[in-house]
Amino acid sequence: MTAASVQADHPAVAPKRRTSRGAGPRGYAAEPGPLVRRMILSLAGVVFAVPIIGMIEFSLRIGQPVKGVQSYGIQHFVSLFDPATSDTYSVLFEGIVNSLTICALTVFIVLALLLPAMIMVELKFPVLRRALEFICIIPVTIPSIVLVVGYVPVYSIVARAFGSNPWTLAFAIGIIVLPYAYRPIAANLAAVEVVILSEASRSLGASWGSVIRLVILPNLRRGILASCFITIAVVLGEYTIASFLSQNTFQTALILVQHTDPYVAVIFALFALLFAFVLLFFIGRIGSSRNRRSL
Amino acid sequence: MTPLTRTTCTATTASDATSMEPRAGATVELRNVVKDYSGHRALTGVNLVMAPGEFVALLGPSGCGKTTVLRALSGLESISDGRISIDGEDVSLTPVNKRDIGMVFQAYSLFPHMTVQQNVEFGLRMRRVDSARRRIRAAEALEMVGLGDLGARYAHQLSGGQQQRVALARALVTRPRVLLLDEPLSALDAKVRAQLRDEIRRIQTELGITTLFVTHDQEEALAVADRVAVMREGNIEQIGTPEDLYSRPATSFVATFVGLSNPVEGMLVGDTVTVLGASLPLLGTGPANGPVTAYIRPEDIEFAPDGLAAVVVVSSFLGSMRRSQVRLSDGTLLFVQHEVRVRPEPGEAVHLRLTGRPVAVSARGV
Repeated sequence: MTAASVQADHPAVAPKRRTSRGAGPRGYAAEPGPLVRRMILSLAGVVFAVPIIGMIEFSLRIGQPVKGVQSYGIQHFVSLFDPATSDTYSVLFEGIVNSLTICALTVFIVLALLLPAMIMVELKFPVLRRALEFICIIPVTIPSIVLVVGYVPVYSIVARAFGSNPWTLAFAIGIIVLPYAYRPIAANLAAVEVVILSEASRSLGASWGSVIRLVILPNLRRGILASCFITIAVVLGEYTIASFLSQNTFQTALILVQHTDPYVAVIFALFALLFAFVLLFFIGRIGSSRNRRSL
Repeated sequence: MTPLTRTTCTATTASDATSMEPRAGATVELRNVVKDYSGHRALTGVNLVMAPGEFVALLGPSGCGKTTVLRALSGLESISDGRISIDGEDVSLTPVNKRDIGMVFQAYSLFPHMTVQQNVEFGLRMRRVDSARRRIRAAEALEMVGLGDLGARYAHQLSGGQQQRVALARALVTRPRVLLLDEPLSALDAKVRAQLRDEIRRIQTELGITTLFVTHDQEEALAVADRVAVMREGNIEQIGTPEDLYSRPATSFVATFVGLSNPVEGMLVGDTVTVLGASLPLLGTGPANGPVTAYIRPEDIEFAPDGLAAVVVVSSFLGSMRRSQVRLSDGTLLFVQHEVRVRPEPGEAVHLRLTGRPVAVSARGV
C-alpha cells in the first residue's frame, strides 16, 4: 500500500460531517438558540424543583408554627435511626428489603428470559420480531388494576407453590416491566448489526457461546444496563399490584407510614427520588457515551 | 493469470504458522449444489471447481444467487442438495466455525467494542493461539494491509476503506484454506474501491490463497479474477477467464452482461456470419445454421468514408476514448467506440463499417 492511498483513505481527509446546526436554513429544523434553551431548562428545573424543595422544607419542620414562625431541624432524619422508634419504621425497612429483592429477581427475569429471547429472535427468527415486540408492549396498554384482577387467581396458585412471600411479586412485576425493559435492548440491537457480527465471528471460528459472550453481549451492554436501571425504577415505583396482592413493599410501607408519620414518609420519598435521579443520571451517561462512540 | 507462488508456497497450518508467509491454497469443489428457500429455489445445481490459489469472481445481477453460493461455501447457509468439498473433504455439513475459511462482508463487520488489534486477534484467540504469538501475527497482518500503526484504534475511528482493510487482515490472519469476499468493495467510493481491489489482488497473489469474490461489478470481476463465473437465475451461465468471457460469450446473457455489446440479427452459414451487410468469421462454436443474434462489440465498429449510413444520436467522452450511439436507417441503435479526437455531433450523418473481427453469436432467443 502506498502512502498516498492511505492518505486518501484517511478520515482526516474525508469531507467533514455536517452538524445539525448546518443542516438547513437557520430556524428550520435547527437546534434552539442559547436563550431558548436556558428558558426551557429553567422552566423544567422549576417544575422539578418546587415539589422537591417543598418536600425538603416539610421534612425539616419541627412542630407547628409559633406566631407565624416555623422552626426547622433534622430531628425527623435522626429519628429514623433512633432505636426507640425502630419498631415504628421496621415495616418501612422491611418494605425496602422486599422491594430490593423484587428488583433483583425482576432484573434476573429480564436477563434470563427477555434478553435471550430477543437475541434469539434477532439472530435466528427475525420473522418473529414484530410478534415479540407486540407481546412486550401489551402490558403498558393494560391498566395495573385490570392486571391485578387477573393476577389474583394466579397468585392463589403461586402462593400454594412458593408461599405468600413478597418476592413472588417479581413474577407479576416481571410482566409489567416488559415494555420498559424491551425498548432499550431493542434499540441497542437495532443499532448494532448483531447478525453480521455473529456471522463474522462464526467465520473466524467462534462457537455460539463465544459469539454471545465475546461479541454480542459486550455490544449490548448499554442497552442491558439501561434496561436493568429502568426495571429497577419501575419496581421501586410500583404500588398497585403489591397493595392489591397484600404484600409489603417500599411503596405500600410508605403509604402505611404516612398515616402515622408524614415527615418520615416524605423523607423516604425524597430518598426514592434521589435514587431515581441517580439511576436516570447513569442511564443518561450511558446514552451519551453511546452517542460519542457512534460518531 | 496464473496465481503467483501456487507452486512455490509452503504448506503450513493455521496453528503452526508464525507469520503471513504463503500457504498452499485449497481445492474447492461444489457439485450440483441446490438451495431451496420455502417455495423458491435459489440455486439450481451449481457446479464449480476452484484450483488451489485460484481467484474466482462470481458475477451476476442482483438475486442471481451469487451470495447464496458464497454463503453455502462458508457454511452460513445450509444446502438442500449436492456436495461441497475443500481439499477433497466433504464440508457440506460442517458448521461454519469449523470450515477454516476467512470471510470479508459487504457491511463493515468489525467488532465495535474491540480495537483494531483485538479484532484481528479474534480468530487466533478462537484457535487458542497464545497472546504473544497473537500479537505478532496480528501486527504482521495489519502491516500487510498497510495499517500497522492503527492497531489501537476502534472501528468508528476508521474510514470505510480502512475498516475493510482491517476486515481483510482479520480474515487472513488465521491463514484460512479459502478466502470468501462478499461484495467487500460495494460500500466504498470509487477511488478507494479501485485501490482496495488492487490491494486484495496483490495480497491474494502473495499468499496464494484460494479466493471466491462475489460482485455485481463486471469491471471489478474482470480486473482481479483468474476466472469469472457469470451467474443467472441460480446457476452458473459461463465460467472462464475474463478474456474468454469478453471475447467468446457462450450465451446472449453473458454477451450483454459482460462488457457492452450490440445485439444484431444475422444469418449463420457454416463458419460465416452475415450481419449488417458484412460477412464475419464466427468466434468459437456457434449454433446450427440459420438466423442468429450476433454480438458486436463497440470497438469492432468504426467510422468510415462510406458504408452503412447512420445518424449520430449522442456522443460521450470516456477519458481515453469516446463512445457514440448511432441510429441506422432501419432504426437499429448501435454503440461505436472510437478515438477521442473524433467528435461527432448529434444529428450528424456518418458511415460505419465492421472491422471484420470474429463475432460471437447465439441462436435467436437464447
